[in-house]
Amino acid sequence: MSQSLPQSTLEAAGSPPAGTDRSVEAYRWMVLARVFEDKIAALYRAGKIVGGVYLGRGQEAFSASLGMQLDRARGDVFCGLIRDQAGRMAFGEPLIDSARTYLGSAEGPMRGRDGNIHRGRPSKGMPAMISHLGAMIPVVNGMLMALRHRKAQGVAGGVTIGDGGTSTGAFHEALNQAAVEKLPLVLAVANNQYAYSTPVSEQFACDDLADRAAGYGVRGYSIDGTDLDACLSAFTEAIARARAGEGPQMVVGKLLRLAGHGEHDDARYIPESKRSEPHGGDCLALARAKILAEGRAGAEAVAEIEKSAQERVEEAVARAQSEPAPNPYRESWHALATKHLSEGTTEV
Amino acid sequence: MPVTYLDAIREAQAKALAEDDRVFIYGQDVAEFGGAFKATKGLADRFPGRVVNSPISEDAIVGAAIGAAIEGMRPIVEMQFADFSSLAFNQIVNQSATHFWRTGVPCPITIRLPSGGTEGSGPFHSQSVESIYAHYPGLIVLTPATVEDAYSMLLEAIRIDDPVIFCEHKFLYYHLKADALPAVSLPVGKARIARFGRHATIVAYSAMVHEALRAAREMAEEGWEIEVVDLRSAKPIDTDTILASVARTGRLLCVGESFPWGGLTAEVISRVVGEGFHLLDAPPKRLNSKDTPIPYHPNLWRVHRPTWQAIAAATRNLLRL
Repeated sequence: MSQSLPQSTLEAAGSPPAGTDRSVEAYRWMVLARVFEDKIAALYRAGKIVGGVYLGRGQEAFSASLGMQLDRARGDVFCGLIRDQAGRMAFGEPLIDSARTYLGSAEGPMRGRDGNIHRGRPSKGMPAMISHLGAMIPVVNGMLMALRHRKAQGVAGGVTIGDGGTSTGAFHEALNQAAVEKLPLVLAVANNQYAYSTPVSEQFACDDLADRAAGYGVRGYSIDGTDLDACLSAFTEAIARARAGEGPQMVVGKLLRLAGHGEHDDARYIPESKRSEPHGGDCLALARAKILAEGRAGAEAVAEIEKSAQERVEEAVARAQSEPAPNPYRESWHALATKHLSEGTTEV
Repeated sequence: MPVTYLDAIREAQAKALAEDDRVFIYGQDVAEFGGAFKATKGLADRFPGRVVNSPISEDAIVGAAIGAAIEGMRPIVEMQFADFSSLAFNQIVNQSATHFWRTGVPCPITIRLPSGGTEGSGPFHSQSVESIYAHYPGLIVLTPATVEDAYSMLLEAIRIDDPVIFCEHKFLYYHLKADALPAVSLPVGKARIARFGRHATIVAYSAMVHEALRAAREMAEEGWEIEVVDLRSAKPIDTDTILASVARTGRLLCVGESFPWGGLTAEVISRVVGEGFHLLDAPPKRLNSKDTPIPYHPNLWRVHRPTWQAIAAATRNLLRL
């Protein structure tokens, strides 16, 4: 299903489907993300979560395929954005981090200071996104520059963005910067056809965002982001090329956002017909059907994956809900690491 | 051999590069060319691969510095002019300034901003932006006025675990000289009494310290003993030293080169009024540039910014109150 661009040889696209274990492993992360996000959405509707809830429904295959093929143990970096629950966990973010951050537990990595998808563990290769689109790409560039300075061999950095984020100046500056520095950056663009309510026809005028890659001197890939095997293959190749010193790789996955921008948004501006168009399907259902049809895993094994995800999510949410909320009287109101230079109020 | 303010900035960077392998410099034209003002001249040769030219991409320059800092480096960013840091505003205030507080992971970057007005530089190569960055929690903002401070404060900035906005004044680059680089210095966060007096206090920073000192010297001939406090650091503000000075003199004029609405001079006045109202014998006053963009023509520019003459006039008015 993947379509390769002229500038990309994309050998992997023509190669046989990824190994059985790999797609089943990816499916495991996809299911876990879907189940967790469904749970979080339900809690949001029940008024148990303040602020926003942003789902990656429909993007799990694309996201997980990048995250699971990067490895912090060898120095890799992965910066997920708002629809990367699957990729974040596949890279190594503990499920409990998500539950704690959404539910405002003081035990979480953000300790109630930030919420929802604005979370990370920067010293473990997972920068914590800020809301401004495009802003995380140069941060990953800088992490890769630091790794290069330390003579780290064969590392790669993954960062994701959506179709709307490609319109920012930050996106342009950072992709150009990565190309000039020949950084091992794998930039995953999830073209989910809508930036909040704005359709791609009002976002950019090129036929395919992957066409832009050539203008930056980077390799572009255009794939069906709903096809798990295509996603796995494209990121396998992109990451291998990045590790080999071929510079930045830009993978554009076409898919459809199967949710509102956030759960506050009913997305009535997306016509129902979009779902029956190419790239309008649900990557999770498609992957499940293919895994079963091709016997990569049996019905029992798939059911077990789904049951296990339910259990893990229930456990994580229950744990986060039982933990204390941040206490404003015990908060250290200092924004600086250098305490003696802080102008904040004194600690209680 | 005298050392200029610009030499001090270059030597501080050389020392930091020599002593700490985590330090590197990133910015436009900083490598072989040595930077627009030659603040990095010769460093690329001495430290191969560690003085890196960037594309003209202020936002991505600071973004990459932040990423490198997260991964354990100590980047120094040179903005070609402080004015252009507006293009990196998002990364500075939303990414670097929030990083430690949000994640617990420090973000030790130093952003050098060639700041302030010089003749003929016009609206986009003359700005003083310290107040803008000082407004944001999570940033340290330094405004050295002397050769010694340019050296010691830059070295300390690079060692600090937080993002530091280092406002170095272009007007001082070439003609401000000292006999030698300092061996010891006041730490960041402490103000300095640049001249002792007892009739009024002028609080100033960066190039305005020298205008204030000139005004004080001129007024000494009239019999006035004017104390001049050099803030050194815009954030944090050394309120104690300011209050102690106002306690001695009873009168306060705060001078800044930046625009008059809000800002550092207003913050100083606010603190003195709030914490030392009883020390004041007259209403505290402030003097800033005019509330227009910074003019190109020298005739206009000299009147736009506070000069020693304007400071002396404002101080005489303060003494009449």
